[in-house]
Order: sequence, then C-alpha cells, then structure tokens
Amino acid sequence: MIPLVVGAAPFGVIFGAVAIMNGLSPLAAVAMSAFVFAGSSQFIGVNLVASGATLPIIWLTTFVVNLRHALYSTTLAPYVKHLPRRWLILLGFLLTDEAFFTVVTRYNEPDESSHKHWYFLGAALALYVNWQIFTWIGIVAASTVDRDQLANLGLDFALTVTFTGMLIPSLKNRPILVAALVGGTVAVLTYHMPNNIGLMIAALAGVVAGVIAEGLQEEDRPDAKTQRREDAK
Amino acid sequence: MNEVLLVVGMALVTFLIRYPLLELVGKISLPDRLFKALRYVPPAVLAAIIVPSVIMLKGEIVLTPANPFLVAGLISALVAWRSQNLLLTVIIGMITLLAYRAIFSL
Repeated sequence: MIPLVVGAAPFGVIFGAVAIMNGLSPLAAVAMSAFVFAGSSQFIGVNLVASGATLPIIWLTTFVVNLRHALYSTTLAPYVKHLPRRWLILLGFLLTDEAFFTVVTRYNEPDESSHKHWYFLGAALALYVNWQIFTWIGIVAASTVDRDQLANLGLDFALTVTFTGMLIPSLKNRPILVAALVGGTVAVLTYHMPNNIGLMIAALAGVVAGVIAEGLQEEDRPDAKTQRREDAK
Repeated sequence: MNEVLLVVGMALVTFLIRYPLLELVGKISLPDRLFKALRYVPPAVLAAIIVPSVIMLKGEIVLTPANPFLVAGLISALVAWRSQNLLLTVIIGMITLLAYRAIFSL
C-alpha cells in the first residue's frame, strides 16, 4: 500500500505541472484531480485542451481511456455486493488502477475477514488524498521548475516500477504468466492506436489467453483425464 | 474552454464507467466461468501498462542498453522476483533509472 502511494506521487506532481503549463487554471487542475481522479485520462484531457479539442471530443476520449475501469468494477462487484448503495457509490468513485490492484490482492487472500471493504476504502482514500496533495505540489512547481527538466527526469516511470513490483510476485502459475505475456505483447503491437484503445484490447487478449491456458493445463493433468474416462463409463 | 463543463463532463463519464457495474453485477449472479476469467484481469492489465513503457523509447521498440527504461525495468523485475518487496523494488528501480541516465547522459 505505502509503495503505491510513493509510486503514484511523482505522477501527481507531473500532472499538476503539466496542467498549468498547458494553460489550465490552477483551480481547474485541482478540481480535475478532486472530481475526475483518473490519472491517465487527466493527462490526456489536459493535452487535448492544449491542442484546442472540443468538449465532446474530450469527454469521448475520457470514456475510451477509462473504459478499463469497467473491467475492475466487474471483477470487484461480487466481493462488495453485500454493501449498501452509498458504499458502492463511494468505492466506485475512488476506483483507480492502483486501488484495484491493491484491493483485488486483499480479496484474494484466503482469510474470511468480513471487513475487507474497510481495507478497500482505506487504500482508496489514501491514494485519493495522496493524488490531491501531489497535484497541488505540481501546480506550485510549475511556476518554479523548468518544464523540460521536469519531463526529462523520468519521474512518471515510478508508476511503471510500482506496477512491476506488483506483477512479478503475482506470476504464480502458468495461466497467469500467459495472461501477462499476451497482455504485454498485444499492448506493444497496439501501442500506436489512439486513446489507450490498445490497452483495452491487450487486457482482453490477456484474459482470454489466461483462460485458454488454464483449460489446456487442466487437460494435461492426468487425474483430470482419468476423471473424464470414468465419467464416460 | 469552459473549465467547469470540462471537469464536470470528465468526472461524470469516469464515474459512469466505474460505478454502475459495481452495483449491477452484484445484483445478478455472474456465471462461474466469467468470474474465474476475471482473475486474469490484473496480470493482463499490469503487463499491458508495463511492457510498452519499458521496451519503447519515443514510440519505437529499443531493446538495447541505450534504453534506460529497459535497464531500470529489468533491474526492478529482478528485485521484485528475488525480494517480493514492493517498496524495495520501487526504490531500487528509480535509483537505477536516475543513476543510469546521469552516468551515461541518456
């Protein structure tokens, strides 16, 4: 959890700075982090503002860029279905990439704690507060630091490193490894598609590959074969 | 540019992606196979975010030591694998990136 907050922090600073440099008012930059709370779409939104795109184009792009969150809420829904609506609204609003990866790991732990939604809320709120603070720092930094210098530091790479630290330990069996390999490969192949569409395609391809690999693995298992032969008798 | 409409629209669109399925999917029961398939969402998405940002440099695939992100990414993966420690991975990964770029002025 703490590493995720650390990893997302530089990203927040860069967003705050980039927003101001692209002509957004400080208030709009603060509001965007407070109400949209979706890093990659905020970056793309700000860039579109600078390039003079119209509002409907920006909204549509936001939709496509954030579409992967629908996969996250579908994945988490069975775990939170007992919660009242006000909880679901709050958790839905706070559901980012980082929150999802943290929380899904917690839900997959074998203990039967009935308080895992508090972990969800706590993690998501920590990420939320973190994002706000570092957006503000970025806004202030924008007036004092040179833009190119900030971009060249490669601070946004912190998030990639964080995700690497989450992915590698999760590669515990062959289907998961296959899902990751296919997801990563397809993401490279679709890299030049606009608006993160490639990311969505890669995610779906990875999931399908994982399911197929799981099916093949079960067929290979000798006891599964015996089982099926016995079923056939 | 109306900044109020900009932010309100982006916020609404994002919320309408994140929230409704959280509510709906819980009310209908998801087929077991689909539920099992969703376990592959995290590794697939994580890899799809990581791999391009590590192996690509300015839109081109660069698999040589001239790509500091590749070097730092591989070191991070190694640290993550050996230590299983997220914080250590983040720290060593970022130090590697910044040091490597400073030393070779990349």
